[in-house]
Amino acid sequence: MNTQPDPPIENPVRPFYWSVRRELWENRSVYIAPLVVAAVVLFATAINTTRLPRRIRTAEPAKRHAVIVTPFSLAPAPIMMATLLVGFFYCLDALYGERRDRSILFWKSLPVSDRTTVLSKASIPMVVLPLIALGLSVVTQFLLLQLGSLILMGNGMSPGTLWGEFGFFQGLPIMVYGLTIHALWFAPIYGWLLLVSAWARRAPVLWALFPPLAIAAVEKIVFNTTLFMNMLGYRMTGAMREGFVLRGKHVDVERFSQLDPARFLSAPGLWVGLIFAALCLAAAVRLRRNREPI
Amino acid sequence: MACIEARGLRKTFGPTVAVDGLDLRVEEGRILGIVGPNGAGKTTALNSILGLTPYQGELRVLGRDPWTERDQLVRDVAFIADVAVLPRWIRVSQAIDYLAGVHPRFDRAKAEGFLAKTSVKRTSKVRELSKGMVTQLHLALIMGIDAKLLVLDEPTLGLDILVRKQFYDSLLNDYFDRSRTIVVTTHQVEEIQDVLTDMMFINRGRIVFDRSMEEFETRYSEVMVSPEQVAAARALRPIHERQVFGRSILLFDGVDRQQLAALGDVRRPSIADLFVAVMSQGEGAAI
Repeated sequence: MNTQPDPPIENPVRPFYWSVRRELWENRSVYIAPLVVAAVVLFATAINTTRLPRRIRTAEPAKRHAVIVTPFSLAPAPIMMATLLVGFFYCLDALYGERRDRSILFWKSLPVSDRTTVLSKASIPMVVLPLIALGLSVVTQFLLLQLGSLILMGNGMSPGTLWGEFGFFQGLPIMVYGLTIHALWFAPIYGWLLLVSAWARRAPVLWALFPPLAIAAVEKIVFNTTLFMNMLGYRMTGAMREGFVLRGKHVDVERFSQLDPARFLSAPGLWVGLIFAALCLAAAVRLRRNREPI
Repeated sequence: MACIEARGLRKTFGPTVAVDGLDLRVEEGRILGIVGPNGAGKTTALNSILGLTPYQGELRVLGRDPWTERDQLVRDVAFIADVAVLPRWIRVSQAIDYLAGVHPRFDRAKAEGFLAKTSVKRTSKVRELSKGMVTQLHLALIMGIDAKLLVLDEPTLGLDILVRKQFYDSLLNDYFDRSRTIVVTTHQVEEIQDVLTDMMFINRGRIVFDRSMEEFETRYSEVMVSPEQVAAARALRPIHERQVFGRSILLFDGVDRQQLAALGDVRRPSIADLFVAVMSQGEGAAI
């Protein structure tokens, strides 16, 4: 009997999509940690909201707006901080862990290029985590506003007071803008952490922190200046300073007029940072190609 | 077209020469076993073939340069670099989904069919499986891949004999056909003796022995000789001699079996014995 061999199958493949899903399977903290923080924020703010009617009644007219708005507008901050921290730790382990547990040999046996892998890992802090922060923040704020409305009604007050003072729907695009500029502004940090993660043979945390601190220390001792430290500080806070028009020491943003995309896009720090991030990622791709399990 | 073709393949790590001018040709449809002591350069050679490490010299795998064309090559090559490399956090169902999502030549039904014959549950995580079950899972994943070349580097290291036997049985019965090529390295030489079509010994980065199994079976014989006949046997120039229970066992290359039968019991040597003989003769002297 002469059987023809089956024609080779050719599945449609989506390596990038599946690589991102793979990251979420492995690193469930990416969504669990922000979820826990959101639950805590929800719980704490909910308790705080029970005193809202009394605070509104006793507030001076000048402070009335702040009294009403502050608990709700602050709610997303811890959630976003959580995603930021998760992103840092995720990056440090992303290309280190797979070498340590030797699973890199399995991943490399499959037709997913090093570039796809590194980019999929970079997309977690750059895209996935900001989306998680946005989703959780919106849901948390929405639930809190519902609760606030119920409590106000229960005390014979109009929920309109709350919705009038707090611009929920206005806040949404502001959050999208804020998360976007932070993702772009922090790109060199993520790039650096991924690079260290691809390079270090042990203790990636130390390798990530040590060189910048060493540079700062040497600069201070030799020149008695703090340019490098200032630069690092600017990297941490620059997105707020370049992307928004802040009023004095207040960091809360409520109005569209406070968004300043033109200044943000023309800040050299943004572009220098993006170029640095691209170089780090390119180096990480090369390293992953060459590095062996540890 | 040869599946693997290497000329003067060389790889150094600093002053250490891991692979020292390997010439190699593996035709399609062969099952080549590579045997060598630890640090002989087996893994380095395989890593070059898989495009995992840069090398010097000429190397073509399925007509491609493995280092520069790795991304295309890896679609047609499957490999198991010992079975302990499956990520411990992954679920069986996730591993299958992932392969189906990224591998153009992955047949989900085949992998699931093979897995159904085992006791591996789809909801289990790799960390919950026994070593033997992880092996079955990895094999199932490989079974699903329609690869032209399968590379196995110590695939059964640390597994018990039952699992090892099953592994090679499945490989031969369910996977191998004449259009595929398999390259395998192992220390458990005797177990794969019947599986192989070709065999190669590597020592210190060089090939010291390279034969098809047919050649191996026809050329080499082992004779157990009583003390009074040793002198006569030695005259036929054995390539190796060892003592067992006061009698000598001599290994011959290309000596007529009928001539040997007069000296004592003639039998086919095991690969392990031949390996010891070749290695103790020093580099390349047996060829």
